[in-house]
Amino acid sequence: MPVLYTTDHEWIDTSDATLATVGITHHAQDALGDVVFVDLPALGASFKKGDVAGVVESVKAAADLYMPVAGEVVEVNEALRADPSLANTDPEASGWFFKLKLADTTETAALMDRTAYDEIVKNA
Amino acid sequence: MTEPVSAAALLTTPLHALHRELGAKMVPFAGYDMPVSYPAGILAEHRACRESAVLFDVSHMGQLRLEGDDAAAALETLVPVDITGLASGKQRYALFMNETGGILDDLMVTRRNDHLFLIVNAACKAADTARMQAAIGHRCKVVPMPHHALLALQGPKAATVMARLAPSLATLTFMSGAEAAIAGIEVFATRSGYTGEDGFEISVADGDAEALARAMLAETEVLPAGLGARDTLRLEAGLCLYGHDIDTMTTPVEAALTWAIQKVRRPGGERAGGYPGAAVIEAQLAAGAVTKRVGLVGLERMPVREGAAIVDEHGAAIGRVTSGTLGPTVGTLVAMAYVPAALAVPGTLLHADVRGKRQPMRVSPLPFAPHRYFRG
Repeated sequence: MPVLYTTDHEWIDTSDATLATVGITHHAQDALGDVVFVDLPALGASFKKGDVAGVVESVKAAADLYMPVAGEVVEVNEALRADPSLANTDPEASGWFFKLKLADTTETAALMDRTAYDEIVKNA
Repeated sequence: MTEPVSAAALLTTPLHALHRELGAKMVPFAGYDMPVSYPAGILAEHRACRESAVLFDVSHMGQLRLEGDDAAAALETLVPVDITGLASGKQRYALFMNETGGILDDLMVTRRNDHLFLIVNAACKAADTARMQAAIGHRCKVVPMPHHALLALQGPKAATVMARLAPSLATLTFMSGAEAAIAGIEVFATRSGYTGEDGFEISVADGDAEALARAMLAETEVLPAGLGARDTLRLEAGLCLYGHDIDTMTTPVEAALTWAIQKVRRPGGERAGGYPGAAVIEAQLAAGAVTKRVGLVGLERMPVREGAAIVDEHGAAIGRVTSGTLGPTVGTLVAMAYVPAALAVPGTLLHADVRGKRQPMRVSPLPFAPHRYFRG
């Protein structure tokens, strides 16, 4: 299962076993409203699972972006930094936030698949 | 973990079903289940208000009448504002004061033929009513109006819409009010608002509120707008939000609201003083306050929000941000903050601490977006 989800409404695409892409879900952007700013992590920064790696701000609120798994940031989405509304219009594709080199590939086992995540959203 | 507020515990306005029908996102606000935005979203609603017209439901706010010949003089014992000099049909901004010169609430007062009509903040309405009953209830009749809704039609096209629905209201000037029928519904409307734009605030009986809202929303210029856009609009307009930019710990002098204190209520004036905290206010009027509310414009795009500290070059806190957002119309980060009076000079460079990062900001005149009121 390449794309996995967290209870913090983030997705992580693990189709490449060592290089994962992270973003926020459609549900997350819908709850935030119009995204006007993203604070992306520094390239090369290493985080533990659950660390705050960035911030996504809408006109009404700021929300922390948590690390779904431990790893090192190897790329950030400059297009998203320039146009934060990508997080609203295409959150689960071109509105990705950053790419990670995973520290421990077994950590993804704790994440949810789409069916389990959809169940959480439905009951939110 | 905080428990989610039970929707059952929240109050609703007469437009609650309409908000749901329009697809609003509802949030708890001042004890009410209120629309924060509709499907268009806060940015689109904000822009619609600057370019066309929007309709807000602000029925959560408190409406009251003060009845009796002595009502104006009685109210003057609670506010530093000229109420007795208010002509019939005219409206004025006022502040309920405490003994230390702090602000208990801000309100709008309109003199109608035989009474004063007051609009107060939702979160303060119970306390305001009780305070007036206790302090001036023996001099005038304090009459809450819990069965009236309040709608705000705001934007440059508001008058165009009103000219179609109630031509007599379209000629009102800023800060005046009149009774009229809109689409056959009896209302009391004032030419005022909380967005910096031209517009109307319309008081209507609960039972007529939905029909009135539907009549206005049926006009092509009008989009529904929620509390989210109301907040970004009022902040760009430099208008204070009670409980955030002003409260019991800030005085009207510190808050740069001295324009609300007419000459007649200042030292040397015919009815100087005579309100709670007058000695504090008079001293500050003479000598200036230590801190002052200012506008700040961010030089970078990272939003600076309420609660952020203003810091000096060593990182020590010298002030605090009370409101902040990315201003959709002005296109930059805008905020209001209290800073030492010596730094409250337009152009001064300051820094806000946001999650440990110093964000450069410049003191700016208010409003950020020019007021476009209709003064006739």
